[in-house]
Amino acid sequence: MSRTTTDLDALAAALRAAIGADRVITDRQQLRTYECDGLAQYKVIPALVALPADAEQCAAVVRACVAAGTPFVARGSGTGLSGGALPRADGVLVVASQMRDILEIAPDDERAVVQPGVINLAITRAAAPYGYYYAPDPSSQQICSIGGNVAENSGGAHCLKYGFTTNHVLGVELVAPDGDRVRLGGRAPDAPGYDLLGAFVGSEGTLGIATEVTVRLTRLPESVRTLLAAFETTDQAGAATSAIIAAGVVPAAVEMMDALAIEAAEAAVHCGYPPGAGAVLIVELDGPEPEVAAQFAQVESLCRENRAFEIRIAADDAERALFWKGRKSAFAAVGRISPDYIVQDGVIPRTALSEVLRRIGELSAERGIRVANVFHAGDGNLHPLVLFDAAVDGETVRAEEVSGAILDLCVTHGGSITGEHGVGMDKAKYMPRMFTDDDLDTMQLLRCAFDPDGLANPGKVFPTPRLCGEVPGRRKGVHPAQEAGLAEAF
Amino acid sequence: MPADRTLDQLRAAAEVVRAAGEHDTVAGVAARYVAAPRDTGQAASLLRAAAALDLAVTFRGGGTRQDWGSPPRRLDLILDTTALTGVVEHAAGDLITVVRAGTRLDELPGTLAGAGQQLALDAPLPGGTVGGAVATNTSGPRRMLYGTVRDLLIGVTLVRADGVVAHAGGKVVKNVAGYDLGKLVTGAYGTLGLITQCAFRLHPLPAAVAYVSRAVDDPAEAGRLAGTVRAAQLVPTALEVDAPAGERATVTVLLEGTPAGVTARAAAARRLLGADATAADQPPEGWARCPWRDGDVGLKLTAALSGVPRLLSDARAAADRHDLPLSLRGSAGVGVLYAGLPGASDPERVAGLVDALRTTTAAVGGHTVALTAPAPVRDRVDLWGPVPGLELMRRVKQRFDPDARLAPGRFVGGI
Ligand SMILES: Cc1cc2nc3c(=O)[nH]c(=O)nc-3n(C[C@H](O)[C@H](O)[C@H](O)COP(=O)(O)OP(=O)(O)OC[C@H]3O[C@@H](n4cnc5c(N)ncnc54)[C@H](O)[C@@H]3O)c2cc1C
Repeated sequence: MSRTTTDLDALAAALRAAIGADRVITDRQQLRTYECDGLAQYKVIPALVALPADAEQCAAVVRACVAAGTPFVARGSGTGLSGGALPRADGVLVVASQMRDILEIAPDDERAVVQPGVINLAITRAAAPYGYYYAPDPSSQQICSIGGNVAENSGGAHCLKYGFTTNHVLGVELVAPDGDRVRLGGRAPDAPGYDLLGAFVGSEGTLGIATEVTVRLTRLPESVRTLLAAFETTDQAGAATSAIIAAGVVPAAVEMMDALAIEAAEAAVHCGYPPGAGAVLIVELDGPEPEVAAQFAQVESLCRENRAFEIRIAADDAERALFWKGRKSAFAAVGRISPDYIVQDGVIPRTALSEVLRRIGELSAERGIRVANVFHAGDGNLHPLVLFDAAVDGETVRAEEVSGAILDLCVTHGGSITGEHGVGMDKAKYMPRMFTDDDLDTMQLLRCAFDPDGLANPGKVFPTPRLCGEVPGRRKGVHPAQEAGLAEAF
Repeated sequence: MPADRTLDQLRAAAEVVRAAGEHDTVAGVAARYVAAPRDTGQAASLLRAAAALDLAVTFRGGGTRQDWGSPPRRLDLILDTTALTGVVEHAAGDLITVVRAGTRLDELPGTLAGAGQQLALDAPLPGGTVGGAVATNTSGPRRMLYGTVRDLLIGVTLVRADGVVAHAGGKVVKNVAGYDLGKLVTGAYGTLGLITQCAFRLHPLPAAVAYVSRAVDDPAEAGRLAGTVRAAQLVPTALEVDAPAGERATVTVLLEGTPAGVTARAAAARRLLGADATAADQPPEGWARCPWRDGDVGLKLTAALSGVPRLLSDARAAADRHDLPLSLRGSAGVGVLYAGLPGASDPERVAGLVDALRTTTAAVGGHTVALTAPAPVRDRVDLWGPVPGLELMRRVKQRFDPDARLAPGRFVGGI
């Protein structure tokens, strides 16, 4: 028997002792169900899976990993699209699915406190009876976990107006990579000290595991109005978007789909968008009734001025849901028109939209790879869907090239390689296109502070791990200044 | 005068380097040198030189908050950002701007307002720079709608203690590539690195505004009224309480939007606040300003929203018990209040009051921090109070500034 196997057996025994045998998975078949997240092209079977029931059990798991020098990877619902929750063959996958309690809904504080495995939409469901909701709304909100949202700093269609996960998380309790339980932020704003909460949100599981999350609840708007505008070209739809923003309107959402994305959505969910549209825009306004009424008329006329050939206004929630259905199902829908596809996620300054779309069109034509475009037009977050057939010789490679070239376009236009899906495993190699070695090195100083031994989700986000080494004078407990009697008063 | 070799070595890094004058102090501690880099490159050269010479460095923008925080344990060089100025870019169509850190916040409207845009960040102390606002994480009433620095800052350029230049974030609002170092340096009081350039998201200027106010006798009543407004459908930009020592309290709601919308919402706000509420298109006196003057004691009190009325009444009662004239003002709609006391107040009594306020704020989920205080009070009072996560913060500081040369001792826990 190899040494590794013995070590793993010992770790499994330690985990069973710490959290109970029924919470530790060692069976190969069962382990296999965790081999990938939403980006199924990467697959790794984890050495062990742990399903802690609470924060203390989660800390016990991490401490056991630390003692064994074994890496660990947190997983929420496994819907991530960048391979962030991809397991390690030599590591423990710590799954939050047994931590799904909503601990508190406090409308008077406009706060909810939840365990990390709680599903995003469940918070809104629990808060709605009080007239509140949880604003960040990723399209995966029916299945993704709040812990995953925190790790990815997830966005959604409505973050144009309301911001991203980071703007709505007020506190986190986490298990740091050394097994310590730490609380950052909480019920009141502006906790003293460094904003480690802000640094933790979006750190993709590399700075520890969130075991409790305090989120802001937002008052449900008095009025919501939605229109669907059809244009002949994406340029016209883009111009309409620019005109809306230039008019000083801040819509709750502005979403765009191009002809190919519309075709896919029609095939999948029969959303009945206007026939012949080269692009559709969904524009939603919400807020106090008198404001929405005034601005909605303005948005409608701006769409017409920019040559919308048909405008539909949602008469009720059912019709609004129908508008959104096409958009929200777009990723899966392209499966109807292509055997394989890559969901890309990049950001450009919104004003570069027509130029970037033209370049994507050229790339597509040059390489013989179709690209369907779906995007959060209001904030320039593109989701090009790169279509290919893996059974055709060379198509996979060409599709990956087109997909990578699109990210280059984003970077050269001053944008980002990811707007909401994260870097994870998939885009670590693209990080140097956006950041210098010094930038990446500096970010990893933070990682070294949290995780000097590199056990928390190693291999994600950064293309090259930084060796942390010992900082001179680093010791646990007493600060040198305190020791010298200098910091006592503070 | 003998030649100063250190000065010469610093001069090799940037043109504007001089011996410190009598005003070049930080919270009462005198510096030896002052340098004013003109760009990020010069700042990096200066910080490399400072590292080689083992100089302790603090950063200074407009100099409006050098008396905030604790005095540095060691100080050799003040790195002044007032030559590091200017708007690098204003992409109106993308609602973003990139500015150098020494640019004064109150100069931005001159560039942005022409396009009908604003950086929606209040400046509680006039004359401050962009970098200073980020480093001390200041904000004001409009944070209720627009958030604070952390919500508006989308990209940052830093120079580390060792002189290495690093960027994080970018120029687009939506971006999750890499760690958000912008948030890390926001409110870090310059203990992790020099901020040389910031990218911000902008907001459109509102077409119409209304300030709806009502005076009440009891500060707690102001807190309760604020709760009523919050629960309604008004979407205020700000919801403030002002309770000066010995005077009646006022609650003010700021509404922004279209002319028709604001008129309707202002009428609704007056109905909610009560018959004697008034509406104006100008802010009330003292709006968005700290309730203290230079040399006074300035505190920041935070609470969970439901605890705001209790915080207001307990703070007033505690001040009365300690016989101190406490002026309270702040954002009841987000749970952040500022409190001012005369600088000449008896330090023992101030310490007693701060203890009492800490007990109250802890009970309502918040904190009491003394942002600024004259030396006798500072010597007697723990400025920061308990800091959750301090051990991790120390580890962060040690990674970014292992020799503890950047503003050592200015921040929480002696960081
Ligand atoms: C159809 C579809 C639509 C989507 N739409 C959107 C969208 O509109 N916007 C958007 O932003 N994303 C979207 N996503 C991506 C994905 O749903 C989000 O990234 C989501 O936040 C992941 O949550 P999860 O619980 O599935 O996390 P997982 O996939 O399990 O994990 C994601 C990352 O979080 C880490 N993690 C998980 N739990 C914790 C924890 N408790 N503590 C620390 N780290 C943790 C993991 O290690 C991993 O790095 C979509 C995905 C799909 C499949």
